[in-house]
Amino acid sequence: MPELDLVLAIAIATLGAGTPLLLAALGELVSEKSGVLNLGVEGMMLMGAAVGFAVAAESGHFAFATLCGVLAGAALALVFGFLVLTCRANQVAAGLALTIFGIGASALVGAGYTSRSLPAREAAGASFVADLPVVGPLLGSLEALTWLSLACFAAIAWFLYRSRPGLVLRAVGDAPDSAHAVGYPVIAIRYLAVLFGGAMAGLGGVFLSVYYTPTWVENMTAGRGWIAVALVVFASWRPAWVLAGAYLFGGVTIVQFHLQGVILASQIFSMLPYLATIAVLVAISRRGEAARRLAPASLGIPFHPER
Amino acid sequence: MPEVPERGPPLRLELQGIRKAFPAVVANDGIDLAVAPGSIHALLGENGAGKSTLMKIVYGVIRADAGRILWEGAPVDIASPSDARALGIGMVFQHFSLFPALSVAENIALALPATRDLGALSVRAREVSRRYGIPIDPARTVHSLSVGERQRVEVVRNLLQEPRLLIMDEPTSVLTPLAVRELFRMLRQLADEGRSILYISHKLDEVRALCDTATILREGRVVGRVDPRRESTRTLAERMIGAAPPALRRTPLDRRPRERLGVDWRALSPGGADGVGLRDLRFEVGGGEILGIAGIAGNGQSALLAALAGEMRAASADAVRIDGEPVGHLGVRARRRRGLVHVPEERLGRAAVPGMSLARNALLTACHHGLVRRGWLRPGAISAFARRCIDTYDVRCGGEHADARTLSGGNLQKFVVGRELLQSPTVALVAQPTWGLDVRAAAAIRSALLGMRNEGVAILLVSEDLDELFELSDRIAVIAAGRLSPARRIDEAGVEEIGRWMGGELPDTSAPERTGQDHAASP
Repeated sequence: MPELDLVLAIAIATLGAGTPLLLAALGELVSEKSGVLNLGVEGMMLMGAAVGFAVAAESGHFAFATLCGVLAGAALALVFGFLVLTCRANQVAAGLALTIFGIGASALVGAGYTSRSLPAREAAGASFVADLPVVGPLLGSLEALTWLSLACFAAIAWFLYRSRPGLVLRAVGDAPDSAHAVGYPVIAIRYLAVLFGGAMAGLGGVFLSVYYTPTWVENMTAGRGWIAVALVVFASWRPAWVLAGAYLFGGVTIVQFHLQGVILASQIFSMLPYLATIAVLVAISRRGEAARRLAPASLGIPFHPER
Repeated sequence: MPEVPERGPPLRLELQGIRKAFPAVVANDGIDLAVAPGSIHALLGENGAGKSTLMKIVYGVIRADAGRILWEGAPVDIASPSDARALGIGMVFQHFSLFPALSVAENIALALPATRDLGALSVRAREVSRRYGIPIDPARTVHSLSVGERQRVEVVRNLLQEPRLLIMDEPTSVLTPLAVRELFRMLRQLADEGRSILYISHKLDEVRALCDTATILREGRVVGRVDPRRESTRTLAERMIGAAPPALRRTPLDRRPRERLGVDWRALSPGGADGVGLRDLRFEVGGGEILGIAGIAGNGQSALLAALAGEMRAASADAVRIDGEPVGHLGVRARRRRGLVHVPEERLGRAAVPGMSLARNALLTACHHGLVRRGWLRPGAISAFARRCIDTYDVRCGGEHADARTLSGGNLQKFVVGRELLQSPTVALVAQPTWGLDVRAAAAIRSALLGMRNEGVAILLVSEDLDELFELSDRIAVIAAGRLSPARRIDEAGVEEIGRWMGGELPDTSAPERTGQDHAASP
């Protein structure tokens, strides 16, 4: 049945295409839940992608390259954290600056690697699934990072809603003054959340450049960081919706690839995530108080203690 | 024991020579304070006297520049609220430290040492709330609670930590009279158990009714230690502000005034900051009369004011009348041109633009009083008008070119009230005019309102301060859950009844009224 095979292939490919979106959006979700809006996801992903690719190309050591990409994303997030948390700069402006900086810096790092290819490596998929009938070979082709992103989703959902540190994180995003008065270190908690967001964006970037494509091209994330930011809003800050949204928009890119020029111009598909986000924003603001409570109340507002 | 013992059991808390200076002001200067076990100790002072700063130092929110804190006889260093809580100090903030999006149980858990079991915590919270007669539901989300209920959550959260000293910062400013009585009963029960209570307030009656000791602060210094039960409200006020408070005189109306503001509005869609829809608005305000609107914040006050000011327009022109002329369909500027003025609750951001000078702020609402000619500003006239506001209402500021944000709350409010009242209004809408002001500024504002009333202006006064309403109003009505009660003449209104109405037990407005003073029943 070729149709079934095609559907299956698209479904499996969607998991792969959705992975960088899921990773970056989960990181941004944690950051926003603490009340910090980081619009620099695109820049952090690019840094992760460039550094990860460069290390993999030089050392041939993929796990080490992944770690370096994660650290690159986190390092950029640290700069952002210093600006908006310590210096209390405007979060929107700092985030935009971070993206532009990331685009330039990643191009610089990756300048010598544009035509390089990575050394060969064993497909590191989970071997037990490869033995399954029908879906086995397809599932087996998935990267370990795809499985890891699913584990991250479960862990973050559990952390946010079932653990005490997660409760504290949400509390900081909801009412930082109250959190400060009750005795929680608001700034430190936000730093951790921002760093985590950067690390996840870096991981998403590494996945793209080292595992998924695998090549380095300047500006290769092509707006995925922005989609990740939009996804968090689209999901109304709920992890399960982030997961669904990541695969929805991952699926859109795959369908777009398969149907190129057949039904609609591919540019239409590229617009979809943003249109969907705008629709959700409108829906949220029309649904009144209860729906607005979904957004962290202090999102984007700098915190001044002693005021 | 009202007197502080020199020897014997150690004091629960002792402060010695506490000093805290901020860039612009010395908030606390050499403050000594002693709280005995089981005592309800009042910290009395006007706004800006340094009460809140001192309590934040005790609770570890900010640190003192100099001085010692002794806890049960031993010197301690309180570097953070968690240090304070570990010692056994709890604090109920004036603006609560709650998390609106989280449940009551989660809110409580956040203030306690790590617990995994929210279920067990809920059971304990219910137990404590029953023991002290302050019912709460752990499963509800905080943003759905009333202000009084939120305070209960904050209190229960503190009580679960078995505090030996509980600091209450202006706890009654948000409560109905009935809720105040419940709060006092609970505080006395806590004191009987040997817990100490530090009660911060500027309300003298409450302090006299509740507290056994009072330390009085003025401008960051201790100016007296008294037993408030042996003082009169007047002597306490004199100590607190350093002079006798000016008395207000309101001459009663001799006859029914002529209607200047009339309202007949069936239903108003939810609007205003509190999102409460209003129903069956029918009342009138006469010239030379103050109609007071009592009610707990968030019961539709902001929608009422928005509807009257013209921020929300009515479907029919007859819904609002100014001097008999239908204006319901008109917007803010058109209504203002017919003599309506509005002093909104939020001084900065609504009444005045923080980053603009007083002169520019005067222009904002007084523009049709000769300050603009053929679309061009007249700087001379604008400055002159602003100076007139400043002089007439004794606004302390750096001249008419000072930015609005540089003024203290009291002086800015005097300026805003002056700007509105100097426009020779016919109808004045005034919301929370003295909220957060010290006694002197509040008295100045109130006497300005009474002066305008005597000149024949119809004033609608929305306030949460019952004392103020009873002092100023000719008639009083209550707004609760979007409904407006019938208006009572002030000499026929009882605090008990008004308090019950504020709690939501409004009389059936469709029934004919006994007093004959109810304008809702006689269109």
